[in-house]
Amino acid sequence: MPIADNAFATALTLIVTLDPTLLNIVRLSLQVSLSAVLIAALIGLPLGASLALWAFPGRGAVVVVLNAFMGLPPVVAGLMVYLMLSRAGPLGELGLLFTPTAMVIAQVVLVLPIVAALSRQHIEALLGEYREQLASFGLGRARMMPTLLWDARVALTTVVLAGFGRASAEVGAVLIVGGNIDGVTRVMTTAIALETNRGNLALALGLGLVLLLLVACVNAAAHLLGERARRQMG
Amino acid sequence: MQRRHLLSTFALGIALSAPLAADDERYITLASTTSTEQSGLFADIVPQFRETTGIDVRVVAVGTGQAFEIARRGDADSLLVHDTQGEEQFVADGYASERLDVMYNDFVLIGPSDDPAGIADADDALDAFSRIAASGSPFTSRGDDSGTHRAEQRFWEEAGVDTTGGWYRELGSGMGPTLNTAAGMDAYVFADRATWLAFDNRQDLAILFEGDEALFNQYGSLLLDRERHPHLKHDLAEQWHQWLVSDEGQAAIAGYAIDGEQLFFPNAGHH
Repeated sequence: MPIADNAFATALTLIVTLDPTLLNIVRLSLQVSLSAVLIAALIGLPLGASLALWAFPGRGAVVVVLNAFMGLPPVVAGLMVYLMLSRAGPLGELGLLFTPTAMVIAQVVLVLPIVAALSRQHIEALLGEYREQLASFGLGRARMMPTLLWDARVALTTVVLAGFGRASAEVGAVLIVGGNIDGVTRVMTTAIALETNRGNLALALGLGLVLLLLVACVNAAAHLLGERARRQMG
Repeated sequence: MQRRHLLSTFALGIALSAPLAADDERYITLASTTSTEQSGLFADIVPQFRETTGIDVRVVAVGTGQAFEIARRGDADSLLVHDTQGEEQFVADGYASERLDVMYNDFVLIGPSDDPAGIADADDALDAFSRIAASGSPFTSRGDDSGTHRAEQRFWEEAGVDTTGGWYRELGSGMGPTLNTAAGMDAYVFADRATWLAFDNRQDLAILFEGDEALFNQYGSLLLDRERHPHLKHDLAEQWHQWLVSDEGQAAIAGYAIDGEQLFFPNAGHH
């Protein structure tokens, strides 16, 4: 497997030499995906908890739609955001197309359903256990939400990490709304797609290894912080 | 604590997102083709243009069909593609006010080096296409409405070949992925020379037919209509458009080579 061998060598060289182009691409990838996950978590966690706490007409439909959107193909999300942000579209005035901000928006569309749908499930399960206890404290639903979110934090961290995985791995959405512009909107996944297109398979696979390493680092950091939190509380 | 960890994650996210704010650097967005970008031409000539004018060019490289669509919607300031008929139609439809010849390269027919269809000694390009169809050897087509795909389709049409057989594989991919696929299935493929020269994963593929004048591949720059999309950076885009056909721009294009082989041949002013 000469390509695989070359890929490891390429990945190693890229990392050891701290290739400036690569650093720029890595920084932008993290910037876009972390921002998207942050926004999706700020909206999705309370949204998921609300869906678990409040019953209202059409709630079932909302839950089904959220679950279905977990499987939204990135290229469709990208196309939807493209049509919104295009000059001919409703938000064209903002001039956001082919910028990192457009990429963040597209990834929020992808990550938000995952965070909201999965956190609803976790909170609903927790609510089943705690309902009487919480009600006995005389807490209203709105007051229950922070308690439930806090008690489900370990599971919700995993939910947010799943969202980060989706954001950092997708290529279809950021390619359409970002345009893969060198030095401006080129991220890890679009760079990998480009090098594959150019037939530079070793470099493409090398970049893929760097991306895997990066995602592993983010997950390891979350895991270690979670462990420390558990020990401190223990 | 978990809460502190979440907060620090959020703070990191915000800190990282700070540079997302748009800079007020002068730049235009150029919709162009994958062949020009992937061959490395823009990486070579854009810095020279920036040196002269202080304007950066951000290239969105897509198929010619999509490049037209991006420009039609007002999402790019300038357009550089290779489909002369389509470009003239674009001007006629009022989306662009001017079209200029900038440069050309040529298309080549690539295939497995043992050449089962025997196109290497074909009389001309049409004959080569006919021989591929007659032999029933697999042929991979871009199938993505790109300039290269449009040119390929015109050859089949002229050769009177029906491309519905199982030998004809329409991929719906860019030039690079199509070459990757052709290499994987030992198929014939119609490609622009620039992408081929910059392409690494050739395996058993080789250029089998080239040199017919019919394989000429003209690139044109379009000046987009000011009234249709007034918000675009027309003044900056016009500087780019004029620079491409200026002596300096033409020299920059002529100077770009891979392994000593010139990829694009400037021909501004030839209408």
